[in-house]
Amino acid sequence: MAVRSTITTLFQEVAREQQRQLAPLTDDLKLLQCGLDSLSFALIVARLEDALGYDPFDTAESFPVTFGDFVKLYEARAA
Amino acid sequence: MTLWESVAGTAAARGGALIGSARAVPLASLACASCLGGRLDALRGRTVVVAIRDQLTAAIALLELDGVARRMVVCTPDLAPEHLPHVARSAQADTWLGDSSSGAPPAGAGLDFALEADPAPEPGTVERRASCETEWVLLTSGTTGAPKLVAHTLRSLSSAFAGQPQEEGAVPVWSTFYDIRRYGGIQIYLRALHAGSLVLSSAGEATTDFLARAAAAGVTHISGTPSHWRKALMSGAAQRFSPAYVRLSGEIADQGILDALRAAFPRAVVAHAYASTEAGVGFEVRDGSAGFPATLAGKSDGGVEIDVSRGTLRIRSPGNAAAYLGADAPALRDPEGFVDLGDRLELRDGRYYFVGRSGGIINVGGLKVHPEEVEAVINSHPLVRMSLVRSRRNPITGAIVAADVVLTDADGTGPEQGVGERIREEILAACRTTLAAHKVPAVIRFVPSLEMSASGKLVRPRA
Repeated sequence: MAVRSTITTLFQEVAREQQRQLAPLTDDLKLLQCGLDSLSFALIVARLEDALGYDPFDTAESFPVTFGDFVKLYEARAA
Repeated sequence: MTLWESVAGTAAARGGALIGSARAVPLASLACASCLGGRLDALRGRTVVVAIRDQLTAAIALLELDGVARRMVVCTPDLAPEHLPHVARSAQADTWLGDSSSGAPPAGAGLDFALEADPAPEPGTVERRASCETEWVLLTSGTTGAPKLVAHTLRSLSSAFAGQPQEEGAVPVWSTFYDIRRYGGIQIYLRALHAGSLVLSSAGEATTDFLARAAAAGVTHISGTPSHWRKALMSGAAQRFSPAYVRLSGEIADQGILDALRAAFPRAVVAHAYASTEAGVGFEVRDGSAGFPATLAGKSDGGVEIDVSRGTLRIRSPGNAAAYLGADAPALRDPEGFVDLGDRLELRDGRYYFVGRSGGIINVGGLKVHPEEVEAVINSHPLVRMSLVRSRRNPITGAIVAADVVLTDADGTGPEQGVGERIREEILAACRTTLAAHKVPAVIRFVPSLEMSASGKLVRPRA
């Protein structure tokens, strides 16, 4: 749960900084339809690495498509 | 041979078309239709700033102007208006070619003739007579924020594929995530015109929509940066698309993205190419592994010489640009005639891997960032003594901008919590006001000092 709330907070923080309208973060929300661009995702992933101490993309077998996939990717590594 | 002469005998004859998001133009129709409304001859021998915003119109104009204009300056769609006078003067331009959304030509830049291109080619008699070898001038980002002008010819731009036999069977349909006015895009534009059709991307179009359009148009060959491809994979739309050839260029292709593309497109050849506006296309790697085999160093069949003896990739080839243009323009080649952009290499197990740029240039999703430009903005904050902007690896855009900042009262302990936050916000606000979004530091760290060399320069990280 801690991982999910860190991720949610960072999505909201970066959306505010980049002046983007963020869609409600449900698990089936497609990442590319959440209102953020590639640069925003890059910022989120970098800050998550600082906050959590790992970058799950370096061993990921596929790219996350939905917000739920994204959270799972981070939670799997935390477990 | 001009571009039109080549197209008339190949892509136009095979039914090729330029396909935008809203309309398509059959190449054969351009034999007797023009976007320049009967004024093509008025541009003969001129140096033309091609500032057309609409990508499809620009694609037609470039095709029409080759062999007619003495020189054409291909403006990127995001070129800031304040750089236009510098661009026009450096190219010694005398003519402006815009469209309804490109604004007025800059005053006092020596442009004595202006034309507006029509978005739809008007039918009429067009005499496509060649009178010169046109110089194609491309723009690439420079240290100060002002673009550098890089002079090519159709021959140098086409050298990576000219003379290759047409593929048998179905006519290829090319597409690219790049805008065709960037080097990576112009390569695909020319390849498509050499062979078949081109599906253009559209600024602001969602990745999902673009890929759906590409799939519907039967795209067989498609290119983009690793960052474009990561975004495509995240869109989920790649599953409904089955190209025969997937190309990556413009950034370092890491093993992760190559593996992900091979899994997503099991039937496609996945190739990554090394190319730059200045050096041209160096080589293409098709073995599915990051980096390139050490055996590529030396001379290849196409006259491309690859030298790695100095630790950076140096290329001497017919695809090299001729020169940078403008007063005080630096030399494009080193004394031995190689183009060296400072891409540093490391040899491991018979393969060379890219390990970053000397000079510290950061590549954020295919867009270059010169650290000095960002440091200048950070250093303008009254409480900042100095700063170092560097690259930080990122799985989405390849790299992001990180800044180490020394404050004027630095005593090694860093600013107090609240003060630090306020300064960080002020620095970021200044960066957001003056810099493009990809240049704004993603991370700012306060450090007690930065390493200086004996000559008093900041020591930049080697990777």
